[in-house]
Amino acid sequence: MPSIPLDTRYHIETPEGIDLPLRPAGLVPRALAFAFDLVARAVIMGVLLVPLALLGNIGIGLGSLLLFLVSWWYMVLFEVLNQGCSPGKQVMGLRVVQDDGTPISWSASLIRNLLRFVDMLPFGYFLGAISCLQHPHFKRLGDLAAGTLVIYREQPLKRPQVPQAVALRLPFALDLSEQRAILGFAERQGELSAERVHELASILATPLQVSPARAVEQLNGLARGLLGPA
Amino acid sequence: MKQSLFESRYQPQWQAFAEQLKQLEQGKAKAGDMADFPHQYRRLCQHLALAQERGYSSYLVDPLQQLALRGHQQLYRHRSQLAAKVLSFVLADFPRQVREQWRFVLIASLLFFGSLLSIALLVYLFPDLIYSIVSPQQVAEMQGMYDPDASRLGRAAERASSEDWMMFGYYVMHNIGIAFQTFAAGLLFGLGSVFFLIFNGLIIGAISGHLTEIGYGQTFWSFVIGHGAFELTAIALAGAAGLQLGWALIAPGQLTRSESLRLAARKSVQLLCGVMVFLLIAAFIEAYWSSTTQVAPWIKYLVGAALWLLVGAYLTFAGRARHASE
Repeated sequence: MPSIPLDTRYHIETPEGIDLPLRPAGLVPRALAFAFDLVARAVIMGVLLVPLALLGNIGIGLGSLLLFLVSWWYMVLFEVLNQGCSPGKQVMGLRVVQDDGTPISWSASLIRNLLRFVDMLPFGYFLGAISCLQHPHFKRLGDLAAGTLVIYREQPLKRPQVPQAVALRLPFALDLSEQRAILGFAERQGELSAERVHELASILATPLQVSPARAVEQLNGLARGLLGPA
Repeated sequence: MKQSLFESRYQPQWQAFAEQLKQLEQGKAKAGDMADFPHQYRRLCQHLALAQERGYSSYLVDPLQQLALRGHQQLYRHRSQLAAKVLSFVLADFPRQVREQWRFVLIASLLFFGSLLSIALLVYLFPDLIYSIVSPQQVAEMQGMYDPDASRLGRAAERASSEDWMMFGYYVMHNIGIAFQTFAAGLLFGLGSVFFLIFNGLIIGAISGHLTEIGYGQTFWSFVIGHGAFELTAIALAGAAGLQLGWALIAPGQLTRSESLRLAARKSVQLLCGVMVFLLIAAFIEAYWSSTTQVAPWIKYLVGAALWLLVGAYLTFAGRARHASE
């Protein structure tokens, strides 16, 4: 019986008719990313203001222009020009995209960052945090208005080796999810302890009609059989 | 087809596609090389669909999914010629947007200028009222700035050009910050914008009423009339943009509230971009023109009136002709 999955994935359907899953990021990684950005901005201001202070009035003028840029435009510039990542998001492995999965536009980024002011009300991101926690895709108010989504960036996957075994074929048919489960078992063996691998495999010993001791080998053989010759 | 065969047959195509993607993402792509990008992308999508349908392992499906996602982001990104867009925005789109949202502009202007003028009049008639609105300290500070007898003539005091620079930076930061606040607070069902419009109107109105009443009118009005055209209009427009957000939440019509908010935000941010341009101009005028003391007051009044007319004419007439935006 198919049930509603418990995960938070957000599916977008592309015009090509395929579903792409996005993984929205929750409150904690986003808060950490923001904290990192806050520190980064403080450092930028600190480093640049010292020489500017020596320049006298021109320095103060440039300094306030800089303060304006850093406080209102830092996020917008980074998000639009750096593939949706401010430095904080980069560190936390996040990025911001439009609702339809396309890169964020100038106006959307401007909206979500201007409305940050409201998210911060009445103190310490209170409204933003509430909105983020109750929304299925963790959007704060700025995200709601701008139609944007903060997601985890895709990390490149390292592909494990399927253990060597003699390729086998089953006398009966397996459905797709069963095939994928067997492949998954073979591919992820390296992450498990030998005892656990044995324990999992022996569940299937009876339907496979082998002794529990040989179940692991049998399953690996089946996985090889499913993969087929290169 | 078994998974391994599928993979070894198409792996080179996927690698070539990943190479193209990398160039696009780094902005190094040459136009000629990318002619077949959409074709490649669609083929990848087909492979992904096949791989999912045939139950191939997730270590094959997931990388294909990642490639498809990256391809989707490159193919469907919002591209625009920034320079052409800015020009058409300034020449036509911004004043059009202001006229389209005339209801919000009208309400915001009434709130802002209404509170400004009425409190100015009240303070002029009942001088003590100023101390209920502005702290005595601030009043003294303002009086010091615009005292016609003092050697330093207001903020308009003679000053070095470096000081102009300082004030320019200060005005940009301070005024645009206020405008952004006025806009963003509109998300609270418009109440925040109403508050900031009235609040700013009261402060500005009270001070101008007070300074006029104690006889500093000449220095004050000749200073503010020039940049006021841009600055005060900009604050009213920022408030209008905020009200638009709030109204989208209060009365979303046939849309859901979030959808209506999204549409309203996209429009109101255009108003806000115009507001920023206005405030930059205002800061420039305020720092370099309003502060000069060599010019006789009547010239300043004349120029100031001309600037008000210019702003009014711009918002009323620009972009009416059909071809202006192209």
